[in-house]
Amino acid sequence: MSYRFALAGNQNSGKTTLFNVLTGSNQHVGNWPGVTVEQKTGVLLHHHHGGDAHFGAPSLFGKKRMQEADNNDVTIVDLPGIYSLSPYSMEEIVSRNFITLEKPDLVINIVDATNLERNLYLTLQLLQLGTPMVVALNMMDEVRLRGDVIHTDILSKELGVPVVAICARKGEGIDELVRLSLDAAENHRVPPKLDLCGGGLHKALHAITHLVEPKANDIGLNPRYAATKLLEGDEPMQELLKLTEDELHIIEEILVSMEKTCGMERAAVMADARYTWIEKLLAKAVVRARPDAENEPTLSDRVDRVLTHPVLAIPMFILAMLLVFWVTFGPFGTWVSDGFSALVDAGIDAIAAWLENARVAQWMQDLLVNGVLTGVGTVLSFMPTIVILFMSLSILEDSGYMARAAFLMDKPLRKIGLNGRSFIPMMMGFGCTVPAVMAARSMNGRRDRRFTILLTPFMSCGAKVPVYALFAKAFFSGNQVLVMTCLYLMGIALAIIAGFVLKKVLFHGDAAPFIMELPAYRLPTPRNVLRNMWDKAKDFIQRAFTVIFVATVAVWFLQSFTLQMTPADTVQESVLGMVAGMIAPVFGPLGFGTVEASTAVITGMMAKESVVSTLAVMAGVDLESAAMVTTLQGIFPTVAAACSFLTFVLLYMPCVAAFAAMRRELESRKWAILAVTGQTCLAWAVAFVVYRIAMLLGA
Amino acid sequence: MASKARAASVAELNPGESGIVASVGGEGALHRHLLDMGITPGVKVTLVKTAPMGDPLELHLRGYALTLRKDDAATITLRREADAQ
Repeated sequence: MSYRFALAGNQNSGKTTLFNVLTGSNQHVGNWPGVTVEQKTGVLLHHHHGGDAHFGAPSLFGKKRMQEADNNDVTIVDLPGIYSLSPYSMEEIVSRNFITLEKPDLVINIVDATNLERNLYLTLQLLQLGTPMVVALNMMDEVRLRGDVIHTDILSKELGVPVVAICARKGEGIDELVRLSLDAAENHRVPPKLDLCGGGLHKALHAITHLVEPKANDIGLNPRYAATKLLEGDEPMQELLKLTEDELHIIEEILVSMEKTCGMERAAVMADARYTWIEKLLAKAVVRARPDAENEPTLSDRVDRVLTHPVLAIPMFILAMLLVFWVTFGPFGTWVSDGFSALVDAGIDAIAAWLENARVAQWMQDLLVNGVLTGVGTVLSFMPTIVILFMSLSILEDSGYMARAAFLMDKPLRKIGLNGRSFIPMMMGFGCTVPAVMAARSMNGRRDRRFTILLTPFMSCGAKVPVYALFAKAFFSGNQVLVMTCLYLMGIALAIIAGFVLKKVLFHGDAAPFIMELPAYRLPTPRNVLRNMWDKAKDFIQRAFTVIFVATVAVWFLQSFTLQMTPADTVQESVLGMVAGMIAPVFGPLGFGTVEASTAVITGMMAKESVVSTLAVMAGVDLESAAMVTTLQGIFPTVAAACSFLTFVLLYMPCVAAFAAMRRELESRKWAILAVTGQTCLAWAVAFVVYRIAMLLGA
Repeated sequence: MASKARAASVAELNPGESGIVASVGGEGALHRHLLDMGITPGVKVTLVKTAPMGDPLELHLRGYALTLRKDDAATITLRREADAQ
């Protein structure tokens, strides 16, 4: 049989960990149709070990020896991390539509066992959807450590669905979870109806269910779910059922009378009923080792007291950010990066020698070695830096510190019209603009999302580092760190100014409310961190061999041939040289109106790493060599011109991959084009000012 | 369990103080979001701390930590001492 399971749960419930454990590397990442919410699907893994069937990935990358479940081919759809099924966020709408309209065979609801009260709130809503369901109680190791006991049998009996204790990070309980899930799906065990409430709510719910039953059945919706949503005042449900004026009027009357009886407003009545039911259930099902322990600080609380201390918080925050950069760009990062570059260079030399021996045609050798290998090699040698940066960000995220960073930074970000949640995409922007722009999805509301996306490219992305490093070496020997810091700070300062301006002209009003869970601090799991690093490395290699490969070959080709398709003796004669020559005067006032610099700017639009590789390819010298330094000093006659070029590279339009991501996430081609045009104009203006000031200072 | 504070809303609590929610305000998405996160009438809320720059707030309720801004917290009213049993 082939089944489709949906994985649903709160944020911070360990959903990603469970998804990785269940599917290993068989994952596909895409988008939900029509909306910019990420959809991850995977195939359930299954492997034999010592005669017993074990489910889940035994190792990080999902070894080939694992086979998919014998007779059952199960696809798992990872729903977004949500707290409810309200009609106000894209994530919640996508989730409820998927379960009610696409009808998966089963819902696996992952629940944080250390935080049952709030997690079960979503469970109660999921149970109403009329789909077979299994509840996975995650983080049971922490519950046991506290000495608490959770009676899964009582939970299971009261909820009417199987409840399994698991620990996703240790892979415990996964076999049983899968077995029970397959069983529930096979026998199509629909959860029984739960009666949450007495009195006014019960009467209203009953009356509305009765009223809309035929219409709900017609479109295959559970009538009770439909009635519950209508009771909460849910507009999408009113539209979905195509209710008449009369019906809406009757429902309104029922609700007004219910509000009077219950003494609170309609949405509150329902939320209150669910939470009250959960409180009663937990009183029966959970035994706390020390009932008064709730008021005692946990280890996480103690850590938090230091990290969000009124005085220490900001210095600690700055320290954490510096640590990330130090790990990435400091001795450790340099060591890894240098080692990797040496490997890449050795590989290139070996291939070059092999080509020479094989007597491959000279032009072909030239194309392969000087065009392709040198270009791709340059980019590849930069991979360790990006991967280490993502390792740091992933650790910050998984440990729970990112949420605190949002908590600390909310007030200043609010001043420029954003909120604390924008901090995460902004921070990721220092790694790569593409995932940063995509991370803006976690923002509530289109205004905040677009605003964040427009400011993200001001955070100097990792791909620009080789440009800065090379120039710093050639022009600011001894002051490399200072130059880098200045560039990063300039980007941040301009983002703040741009924020104020955009708030005035484009994004009026306030940011969406900032309401966010502060998860308990946890040690990040190496599995998730490594998984994240591996994904980024894979993505980067893919880019190196597709976009950047094409760009470097194209650049080599365009600079090696003239318009008449004859080999060009100098770059100036080539096609690229001609185009760059036409553009060059634009950069005249910035002090770098040369063909070489213009070419680098053009190829930088493909990928920022190409800026340096283009300069190297054009000069026909090795990037690491001393000749490169003299070449650069030839292209940029003054330090002022170099400053101006660095400023321009920092600020002008992001690479095509980032542009594509912006177009998708801004949900508008026009906005994306305006954004990159604006950035490029701003880059020109700021570079001009920098150039003039540097000249005045005699640089 | 009684509220020791004389605060009228969650925004007026001092760090360390608790209160019992009387009503939850806010419009549309905000109102629903507060309810979904467990801020319902009758629940006990503790103000743990404010962010170093004075806003937002960190609350403890239903066994977990939640952050929200002062302006939004001001829409959550608290029961008076007398009603809080």
